[in-house]
Amino acid sequence: MSIDKNSRYRASHEWARKDGARFVAGISDHAQEALGDIVFIELPAIGKTFKQGEAFGVIESVKAASDVYLPMSGTIVAVNDALAGDPAIVNKEPYTGGWLVAFEATEPSEWDSLLTPEAYEAESGKE
Amino acid sequence: MNLRPEPLAYELSSPGRVGVSLPGCDVPETPVPSSLLRVELDLPELDELTVVRHFTRLSQKNYSIDTQYYPLGSCTMKYNPKANEAAAALPGWRGAHPLVSDAHNQGAIELIYRLQESLKAIGGFKTVSLQPAAGAHGELAGVFMIRAYHLAYGNPGRVKMLIPDSAHGTNPASCTMAGLTTVTIPSDAEGGVDMERLAAECDDTVAGIMITNPSTLGLFERNIEKIAKMVHDASGLVYGDGANMNALTGVLRPADVGIDVMHFNLHKTFSTPHGGGGPGVGMVGAAASLAEYVPGPIAAEKNGKYSMEMPSKSIGRIKAFYGNFAVLVRAYTYIRMLGADGLVRLAENAVLNANYIKARLEKVYPVKYPRRCMHEFVAMGNFIDGIHTLDIAKRLIDYGFHPPTIYFPLIVPEALMIEPTETESKETLDAFIEAMLKIAEEAKSNPELLHDAPHGTPVGRLDEVAAARNPVLCYRG
Repeated sequence: MSIDKNSRYRASHEWARKDGARFVAGISDHAQEALGDIVFIELPAIGKTFKQGEAFGVIESVKAASDVYLPMSGTIVAVNDALAGDPAIVNKEPYTGGWLVAFEATEPSEWDSLLTPEAYEAESGKE
Repeated sequence: MNLRPEPLAYELSSPGRVGVSLPGCDVPETPVPSSLLRVELDLPELDELTVVRHFTRLSQKNYSIDTQYYPLGSCTMKYNPKANEAAAALPGWRGAHPLVSDAHNQGAIELIYRLQESLKAIGGFKTVSLQPAAGAHGELAGVFMIRAYHLAYGNPGRVKMLIPDSAHGTNPASCTMAGLTTVTIPSDAEGGVDMERLAAECDDTVAGIMITNPSTLGLFERNIEKIAKMVHDASGLVYGDGANMNALTGVLRPADVGIDVMHFNLHKTFSTPHGGGGPGVGMVGAAASLAEYVPGPIAAEKNGKYSMEMPSKSIGRIKAFYGNFAVLVRAYTYIRMLGADGLVRLAENAVLNANYIKARLEKVYPVKYPRRCMHEFVAMGNFIDGIHTLDIAKRLIDYGFHPPTIYFPLIVPEALMIEPTETESKETLDAFIEAMLKIAEEAKSNPELLHDAPHGTPVGRLDEVAAARNPVLCYRG
């Protein structure tokens, strides 16, 4: 299982990372491995606002359909359109090409409430 | 099983071939207007014998409860007694018509009434409606009832439904369809509802909780009475998902532990066919709090006369006529054959059979929540590197068994959810256990055998990922 050291995490296996003035979010390597081959991803409309921990999309694999939760409160400013044609990018590159959404944080201080890479590694290792 | 590949009906087609030979026309011909003719419809042209053989050969590839064992967790694919079929085929039932007046349909309405009374006694309910045609239909009815109740009491803001993560997957969908929002309550280390998280969500926006007991982990929720009290104290209502009721019949009446509304699946617990053999009935039962809200009409009795009546605050009709009446005849037959004692044995055997398999398999297939199970248990298929639950499931097909439910519930990694049901003999359970143990040995000695399984089927391992990513839904011959 790989962990991106520049991201912070939720126990529900999403990551967020600072990207200039905005944040990007996706799911962890552990999450993509547990889900298995991803076949469909539903992402929100640009401009939609979510609270921290609110479901912003759905990832469907051959095993299951799962909600994905936004790690911090924010407004969606971009979604990864490449995933519509090839959702398997999330399996291959969960932290880079497989990003899901970019958002403007409405509560930037929530960053501090997320798990550090070390804490997430310890947490997900328990499963 | 017939292993030869079967061509499509299109591939058997021969231009101009027909299955009937009609006499010459003895009235003036009136051609179908050309605007109504659909020349693009490329229908296969076959004779009768070719059609009969084609479908008979397809049927020989079928896996069915009448031919083999189905340890399919949470789906209760159990035996459908043939006596049920004999009862449903009686001329009186067969000839009944839903448009006949109540006065001339007394027998049919009396059967509905008696079945309602039986299910009321089993669940401890005040009212039962047999309208819903499936489990999820019963759930939707229950959620509408809860919504109607809050609206009637002037609380439109109660829109939040709490759903434990060990509940059935249809529960959140039912809430969403009814316009409610859902909040997932995680499980604690023992596989029960996390009481602290539940308490934190019990605020004045709570519509209720939807709880599956026994849960999809096959575990009895030991805090069920506390959970019901917490939700009731917050002025919410408790929905019970009764898909796993075969673990409780005759032993526990759900209304006694605080359930306000619940569905039972007559097509699971009460032995009527399902899984392609349906249709189903997801009867919904209500305690006093919601008794007048059930969908209607329901059967009523007065001075020995039977009629169909709409409860005073009913959410209304959700199924045409009397619902799936022929299924009601089968379920009533089953309940009468078992009697009160038999219903207790039903639950006891469901639990005994599951614990027997669990005890013999758990040393090889780890169980995440190892306490005593109810009618099913959830093992894990990742006991050795390089082998997944999917491989085990596919290999089981080679041994003549339908695979258990896999990768559900989601809270158990590599889940392998096994439900034997109460209607299987010890010999069948032993044969299944031996196959599972043999597969565990093969996983170590010859993993390729599992990776390439199934071997003894008309088609081998299908590429599920390609099928999901690039589905081809039409014949492209």
